[in-house]
Amino acid sequence: MTAPPVAELEEAVVLTGGFPVLAGVTLRLEPATLTVIVGANGAGKTSLLRLLGGLDPLSRGRGVVAGVDLAHGDRRVLRRRVGWLGHEGSFYDDLSVEENLHFACRALNRPFTDVAPALARVGLAERSRTTTRRLSAGQRRRLALAWLLVRRPEIWLLDEPYASLDDAGRALLDELLVDVVAAGATVVASAHDPLRTTQTRRTLTLAGGRVVAAS
Amino acid sequence: MKLLAQRLLGPVTLVSMALTIWLGLVVTPPDKVQGNLARLVYVHPAVAWVALYLSFGTATIASVLYLWPRTRSATADRVAHSAMEVSLVFIALTLITGSIWGRPTWGVWWAWDARLTSTAILGLLAVGYLALRRANDDPELRAKRSAVFAVLSAINVPIIHFSVLWWKTLHQGATVFTANRTLLIHGIMAWTLLISFVAFSLAYCWLLRARYRLEVARETLGARAIDDALAARVLEGRS
Amino acid sequence: MIATARLVAGKDLRIEWRSRVLLWQVVPFGVMALVLSGLALGPTRAGHSSAGPGLFYLVVLLVTLLAINRSQAIERTPGTRASVATLGLDPGGVFLGKALALAVELWVIGAVLLAGTVLFLHTALSGSLEAVPSLVLTLAALAAAGTLYGALTGEGAAPTTLLPVLALPGFAPLLIAGERSFSAALAGGSPWEWWVITLVALVAYLAVGVLLYGVLEES
Repeated sequence: MTAPPVAELEEAVVLTGGFPVLAGVTLRLEPATLTVIVGANGAGKTSLLRLLGGLDPLSRGRGVVAGVDLAHGDRRVLRRRVGWLGHEGSFYDDLSVEENLHFACRALNRPFTDVAPALARVGLAERSRTTTRRLSAGQRRRLALAWLLVRRPEIWLLDEPYASLDDAGRALLDELLVDVVAAGATVVASAHDPLRTTQTRRTLTLAGGRVVAAS
Repeated sequence: MKLLAQRLLGPVTLVSMALTIWLGLVVTPPDKVQGNLARLVYVHPAVAWVALYLSFGTATIASVLYLWPRTRSATADRVAHSAMEVSLVFIALTLITGSIWGRPTWGVWWAWDARLTSTAILGLLAVGYLALRRANDDPELRAKRSAVFAVLSAINVPIIHFSVLWWKTLHQGATVFTANRTLLIHGIMAWTLLISFVAFSLAYCWLLRARYRLEVARETLGARAIDDALAARVLEGRS
Repeated sequence: MIATARLVAGKDLRIEWRSRVLLWQVVPFGVMALVLSGLALGPTRAGHSSAGPGLFYLVVLLVTLLAINRSQAIERTPGTRASVATLGLDPGGVFLGKALALAVELWVIGAVLLAGTVLFLHTALSGSLEAVPSLVLTLAALAAAGTLYGALTGEGAAPTTLLPVLALPGFAPLLIAGERSFSAALAGGSPWEWWVITLVALVAYLAVGVLLYGVLEES
């Protein structure tokens, strides 16, 4: 018996102010897999991730993610099960690194003891009391990853995760993705260029708000 | 039956409006004290009734229906939007006719009369509602936000009313406005007043229906534009 | 819901404590607005006008608008919104937390402005102190209302300029009730009507916020 898919979209359309950012996406994501979405600027990569996370409503078509119907279900239930890494940064700029993670812990009823190992893993242990505003772009990325480690979501949605990371950061992310998928989570990441990770993955190519190739 | 009522709405409105004008301007006598000015009684109360109760009420009920998940529909949102827009027009008319009526009594175009002031604040709430609609492109987002704002406004109406009324009456010193505005109404005047209420209520229904149909037409055009945009977007992916 | 409210209120207050935006930007604006009020009254009336309480509340409303915008701006960066959305916080709790934090901030700012009114506009000290309970209640109602109106403007076009259009008509009864209570306190009275207005408004905004904040957030 095969496990049910984590996400299934059928001709999914997302309109933003009347513009179809997604113009009929059909796809199926299996549990504990890594999927990479590639495509040019404006192809709809971020919109697809946001739809999968329940952050944007489905305008037409059908979609079910983590058992939640995107058209009629309670998207809030879905959101609780996804972790989001956006390219704008993911936290309160005026709080310190540690305070941001403590906020997440308290919201999720996780112990504060989860914070130190997560910061150590992403290499920010020395920066825990630094105000987030003072972090470099790469360090913010690392903080976002620490936030996800504390979150431990079922579905990881990573929007351009390699952007602004140095070589050590990229290696760290590759390693992290292997662990996360091995632990049973489903990862969807968008990227301009193909990922360098050696991990087994599926690549979907988006163009004009649709999946035009899959490999 | 429904179709017939819809067809007759326009003509009946026009006839009742003409009847109000004829009765109000020609048949009824001028008032002993206020003279011809008193004829505003056939316009102002009816306009105010439409502005403050009928249309604002419709917008509120439609907004509540939109917020209640079981009755949520694009129709409720369209009705709320149309009613609020018509309400703004009638609130403006209420303020203008009230001002014209008050000018000889107060000596100024604007007096801090309780009803006048709270009507003006209500008008600004309607402006706020329409401004909020303009600020949001996404139809679902716009519908939800404007429905919440309409409900908040409806809750605010009695609070505004009583605060302004008490503000006006609960202070020491002579009240500015003491003239007795009630008129002795009887016979043909009472009938004219009644017909004016019917005429303006019908005019409201007519305007609401026209505005609603305009909105439907606009949405149909919008849906067509979306289909075109979808087709263009798909082509973008193929090239 | 209460746990979420405490979490969110604590976070908002901590952010203000760190950034001091209200202290260094909003409080000076309020004090300057009071000075300008005196200047606008003219040299003969600036020190002894019965308009003191009204001008105080007018300045309070302007300051409140800035504080609401700040409270919303904290949440408005797109990445923050997406990440926080995935925490699945209870919307009623988020509303209560943000309203509570805003109320605490307004209480502090209100105390400074009240002192400024005594100093610049010469309202009697004892009467001004007697007006404090009604001020506390009015600012709480403004905070609850402001959190709702602030959330209504979010994500749309030009939220900072839209806010006053939406909020000020709803603020009008609170201005009236506040000013009347303050004036009555200066005259040695305390009419119950104004407490009713402010209390009804506070309860209504809290109820609508707890019930409908989720509708605003999910969109």
